Amino acid sequence: MFKSPAKLFQLAITLLACAFLLIPTLQSALAGVTVNYFRGVSSGLTFKWIIEVWALYSGSIFLSIGLALACLVCTLIIGVPAAYALARNPGRLSRMLEEFISLPLAIPGLALALALLQLYGGWREFRMSWTFILVGHVLYTLPFMVRSVMSVLAAIDLKTLEEGAASLGAPSHRRFLDIVVPNALPGILAGALTVVTLSIGEFNLTWMLHTPFLKTLPVGLADSYASMRLEIASAYTLIFFAMIVPLLLAMQWATARAQRIMS
Amino acid sequence: MTLSLTNTAKTYADGTRALRSTNLDVAQGEIISLLGPSGCGKSTLLRIIAGLETPDEGAKLLFNGEDFTQIPVEKRKVGMVFQSYALFPNMSVRGNIGYGLKMQKLSKTEINTRVDEVIELCRLEPYATRSITALSGGQRQRVALARAFAPRPRLLLLDEPLSALDAALRGQLRDELAQLLRSFGITAIFVTHDQDEAMAIADRVAVMSHGEITQIGTPEALYRAPKSEFVARFIGAAMPLGRHIQADTMYFETSTLKLPAPAAGKTAFVRAEDVRLDDNSPLRAKVMSVTFLGTHYRIALEGLAPDPVFALHSALSAPKVGDTVGVAIDPAAILMLPAEKKAA
Repeated sequence: MFKSPAKLFQLAITLLACAFLLIPTLQSALAGVTVNYFRGVSSGLTFKWIIEVWALYSGSIFLSIGLALACLVCTLIIGVPAAYALARNPGRLSRMLEEFISLPLAIPGLALALALLQLYGGWREFRMSWTFILVGHVLYTLPFMVRSVMSVLAAIDLKTLEEGAASLGAPSHRRFLDIVVPNALPGILAGALTVVTLSIGEFNLTWMLHTPFLKTLPVGLADSYASMRLEIASAYTLIFFAMIVPLLLAMQWATARAQRIMS
Repeated sequence: MTLSLTNTAKTYADGTRALRSTNLDVAQGEIISLLGPSGCGKSTLLRIIAGLETPDEGAKLLFNGEDFTQIPVEKRKVGMVFQSYALFPNMSVRGNIGYGLKMQKLSKTEINTRVDEVIELCRLEPYATRSITALSGGQRQRVALARAFAPRPRLLLLDEPLSALDAALRGQLRDELAQLLRSFGITAIFVTHDQDEAMAIADRVAVMSHGEITQIGTPEALYRAPKSEFVARFIGAAMPLGRHIQADTMYFETSTLKLPAPAAGKTAFVRAEDVRLDDNSPLRAKVMSVTFLGTHYRIALEGLAPDPVFALHSALSAPKVGDTVGVAIDPAAILMLPAEKKAA
């Protein structure tokens, strides 16, 4: 199998690339459970740092989860009907609207945050509340939900299905709930997981919008890197990993499912 | 009169006239077919009756005397079978058939009883719990019919219900569909571009062309007494015959044929089954091509009209290409139609 030099070369490159990606990750994870990073693993392994991170930052973790779920609810309520409306009325105006919704993808989060601060910064109550960060997250994640749902809706003959339901006596809200939503479900699921993952990991925008009392998981991470000892920061990364990896796996599974429907 | 359409027309926003002002009356329990080539307006007319298209101002749609022109599709109580069937992939066969009953807010037991009834009628028992994607084309067609029929619609509309099936299955399902519609005893309108389908299923056929109903009548009437060249050509593929007609004589290249009545100024048409090869006949023609079709030969003849005229020849052997043969045509089988102005 590895007789030819070309194959050997390929294998070496692949292994090198893997090492390049994995070693820092493993090292960081290891640092999170090492008693003293500067003395190495020989100093012993411990859960002390993880417990300490939990004590210091559990608020950030719950805030992030809460934000992600609230963001999901908002993108579902806004995004699914929006995707439906865009898919149902194709045309130049729809394409322009779709591009417009997608703008936050291209604009740096910092610029988006600045715009939000300029617009709403004067409303003290709003500015200080977690809903301010939520607005930023919804703006940033909405295009992912809309596009994911739209791609599934574009693959089914929505118009005829709805006409069928209408001829059977279904008014428009029943058609949406009975026909559109169930058939768009794979797209909605894929979009939902993307939204939650992105919201939990979002740093750029959140860093600009956060207050000392409202630190999300990534903002807390930056804070711990800047002000805590390295082991605590690493333990923090470990917790972050433990939360985000299952979400990423679920996202892959949901996207594969949605693509199966579309083919 | 069950269904009555008056002055029904449809002009699209871009100015295309899909349907010219049309009147149509359908009796209780009657099965009507809208037959015509694609783009003749037949689907538009069906969709207007269903409520899926809005007719132009001035149209009036009555059902048992009650005006339903402004009633939206979901309140019209019409069942519709779509060309693509439009079955809901997120529901089982039962779920699809029961959906219309659910929309009528019937109780669970009532829905179940009715769904069972319709499933039995359409012989779908083995597939009741299957998902839509696990059905063949023919089974899907039956589910679509069952779903449209289950809520007891006042009118059943079918849009090219057989065209999504392959040819072999289509013939079989055509007879099955005809029999099911009769057993339902429901007033039905169905759209097709296939004359065999229309003739086999419908009580009356409305032949449509360029957004108009050109002739409506029983299949026999349309076949035997077409009123226009279009109907004659479309139903039974009639072919123009002769060079010209003077008084009661039709002139061919080399011979003539006596007609039963003076027909100057009219155009003559004949069908392939009425053109016989007969060596004793004075009418002569040259064989251009011979196609063997199993039960008969289809022979193209030159010299009977500007275009080739086909003859169906049932015999064990056929003349060769290039032979000159005698042709007999019963003058009574010739269709005399008013000459149509040729489109420029």
